[in-house]
Amino acid sequence: MADSTLVGLQHGEEHHPELLHHFAEPQQQRDAASLGMWVFLATEVMFFGGLFCAYLVYRRWYFGDFGAASKSIDATLGATNTAVLICSSLTVVLAVWAAQTARRMLLVVMLGITMILGLAFLGIKAIEYKDKFEEHHVPGASFSFENVPIPGHPGQFANPRHAQIFFSLYFVMTGLHALHMIIGLGIFSWLFTMAWKGRFTPEWHTPVEIGGLYWHFVDIVWIYLFPLLYLIDRHP
Amino acid sequence: MYFGIWAALLVGTFVTYKAAFIELGPFNAAVALGIATIKATLVALFFMHVWHASEKLTKLVVIAAVFFLLLLLGLTMSDYATRPWS
Amino acid sequence: MSMPIATTQPVERETYLNAKYGVWSWLLTTDHKRIALLYLISITFFFFIGGFFALLIRLELLTPAGDLVQADTYNKLFTMHGMVMIFFFLIPSIPAVLGNFLVPLMIGAKDLAFPRINLLSWYLYIIAGLMMLHCMLTGGVDTGWTFYAPLSTNFTNTKIVEAGLAIFISGFSSILTGLNFVVTIHRMRAPGLTWSRLPLFIWAHYATSIIQLLGTPVVAVTIVLVAAERALHLGIFDPKLGGDPVLFQHLFWFYSHPAVYIMILPSMGVISEVIACFSRKRIFGYHFVAFSSIAIAVFGFLVWAHHMFVAGISVYAALVFSFLSYAVAVPSAIKVFNWTATLYKGSIHYDAPMLYAFGFLGLFSVGGLTGLFLAALGINVHVTDTYFVVAHFHYIMVGGALMGYLGGLHFWWPKISGRLYPEGWARLAALVVFIGFNLTFFPQFLLGYMGMPRRYYDYSHMPEFQILNVLSTAGATVLGVGYLLPMVYFLWSMRYGKPAPDNPWNAAGLEWKTASPPPTFNFDEEPVVTWEAYNYEELDAPPRTQEVPVGR
Repeated sequence: MADSTLVGLQHGEEHHPELLHHFAEPQQQRDAASLGMWVFLATEVMFFGGLFCAYLVYRRWYFGDFGAASKSIDATLGATNTAVLICSSLTVVLAVWAAQTARRMLLVVMLGITMILGLAFLGIKAIEYKDKFEEHHVPGASFSFENVPIPGHPGQFANPRHAQIFFSLYFVMTGLHALHMIIGLGIFSWLFTMAWKGRFTPEWHTPVEIGGLYWHFVDIVWIYLFPLLYLIDRHP
Repeated sequence: MYFGIWAALLVGTFVTYKAAFIELGPFNAAVALGIATIKATLVALFFMHVWHASEKLTKLVVIAAVFFLLLLLGLTMSDYATRPWS
Repeated sequence: MSMPIATTQPVERETYLNAKYGVWSWLLTTDHKRIALLYLISITFFFFIGGFFALLIRLELLTPAGDLVQADTYNKLFTMHGMVMIFFFLIPSIPAVLGNFLVPLMIGAKDLAFPRINLLSWYLYIIAGLMMLHCMLTGGVDTGWTFYAPLSTNFTNTKIVEAGLAIFISGFSSILTGLNFVVTIHRMRAPGLTWSRLPLFIWAHYATSIIQLLGTPVVAVTIVLVAAERALHLGIFDPKLGGDPVLFQHLFWFYSHPAVYIMILPSMGVISEVIACFSRKRIFGYHFVAFSSIAIAVFGFLVWAHHMFVAGISVYAALVFSFLSYAVAVPSAIKVFNWTATLYKGSIHYDAPMLYAFGFLGLFSVGGLTGLFLAALGINVHVTDTYFVVAHFHYIMVGGALMGYLGGLHFWWPKISGRLYPEGWARLAALVVFIGFNLTFFPQFLLGYMGMPRRYYDYSHMPEFQILNVLSTAGATVLGVGYLLPMVYFLWSMRYGKPAPDNPWNAAGLEWKTASPPPTFNFDEEPVVTWEAYNYEELDAPPRTQEVPVGR
């Protein structure tokens, strides 16, 4: 058994403690992890894609009602959340750079700030959800959307059933996104702990890189969710 | 360089937000989605390091994901968009 | 490596089977070969569950009256038959068993890229399977495996959410397997193993993995929407609330059509290997066959609405999808032509795997061609939702995919178990399966064409259909015997079968260059590949004489 683990090493070098035995060398392991994360993100694109498809169909069918519903969610909070996530992407990319250049303190700080920004995002989301709950805009038995004017069509009111479809998609899409954020926070808290213990080096910091890729992806999803959900028809 | 991209992203967000309140008719959606696409591309190319990726494979995975998403959206819309003609 | 010498005494050498003992060494293994065997046992179990439902269906259909079970029960039977067979047997089958076992071996790697994720895949499959079992035992689902809205969201009172959750989890098992294969094939090929030297089995699994990765998430999110709709009456698919039931079908079939290619492509990969070996020839048109796998994967995503021609989509969209459905048949046809050309002037050996391959060629061709009948809008209107469709997909799924699976199991059984199966019984079983299959499903083409609807438990208003139904049920019994035979003799061979040499078929491929069964880490030394795929001329060449030609 011991012989097998040494197969593939050249020149009798010690193998890196993080090198898994089925890889021949660290670069192969790094490349595999990176490709694995990218392929996983491709599956996530399709996962959210189904929801974007449903959204596209109904937005075309019920543009006025969707506009009315969209106007009732707080675009300022949405824009703030977008800015929060953009800042967190910056801190992530700086964290990766810190890991590459052996700046342990900076790495830990950047990971920490990323998590704080992530929590801020979720906090703002929670406020939005609370508002929707209080306004009876949560789909289900107590949903109510009466006498809400359609933007740009004075005198016409939105169809509550169609508005409920908007809110269904709103909650499922942002909810799924928030779930991904929570998972991201879990991943980053693990990264934070590892970084704190000094486990990342310029030779090996793959988890930071691929964790970063995941976080950026979640940011990109929000970059699309924001205009699609919050800014359908805001003209006065 | 990262800070430059970050600034561009924030500017893009601000412009998207403000533009939504201006009456542009059907172009509102185009502007909003267009800026969103630029922002997403910037994040992918520079924050996710696709621009400097050593391998074409990374770019291929990204393109494939986008391609199949557009396929889903586009071919589904081929039904919905042509239903009124039937 | 020395030439394999047939030996009657098993050498007590360390293999992946005896490396460690104990239940936990299996349940916590990260060895792709052991995981493949875990899958083999699990999917065989679900195959027999699905088969049991099929048996009840065929028993009910022996008589025109609905006299064996009630209508609701019958609905549950065909639903559970479909769900179990598709999600818990066919989709994992070849990739999870043969793919897991062979992909690293065929590319000269020690394991897949992510062995722990591989184990996770299996656990997700088991959890999903147990959940599905529980769902079936506590009432089941009656909407058909396609669980269309608004029946599934609004009207049925069966356990949609539980079944949906089970399928959701099994979907992630499938996605992770696909992810593992893609990364492994890109990153872990042995030195010298270029893409053009890869076995076509690998190309087929690569293409399958692309479909698993890009299609499954869409049905996963659709299941989420159905569950949400059921719980909260959101209106996404409910026409009374402004929703569109056809949207469900778009999202569902966007995955479920490519899913059928997940089920057939690996089988095509097996067939390529078997035909090459038992004709002693390189596959004709290697690059055409390789690229056609990728083409099937991509084109397969373009045709899904051919399941919806009568559902209310626009006629113009239907035209587009009909045209694209004809296009997707082309790469499959290219494969069939190339396999046939491989047989020409080959040195054919009629071992059991080859018999299954022959069966595949004929039955897949029938199934595929009848798909073209269905793609024609005019014919589709008449035969949709009849037994014609049922026969069409069973020809491909059973006559095609399952034959490929059985052929592959036989072909690689010596490698997997280190034992030879009894060849005589295997050839008999292959024949029984072929006869039983045709007797079961050919009458169904006729029934469908004559108008017998599918998913009906009672056809007493069309009693003339009984004779064909009786033939079909008789065939199903024969088919069942044909499936039981391998179960019995494979198990028998594990104890009493002749020990297998490294390469009992003298086949090409890296997996044959290591012991049967292989050691845990697959190869004693990392292979370096300097030869093209399917180098049967070299393998069959007479041994060299002592003289070394001048100039080499």
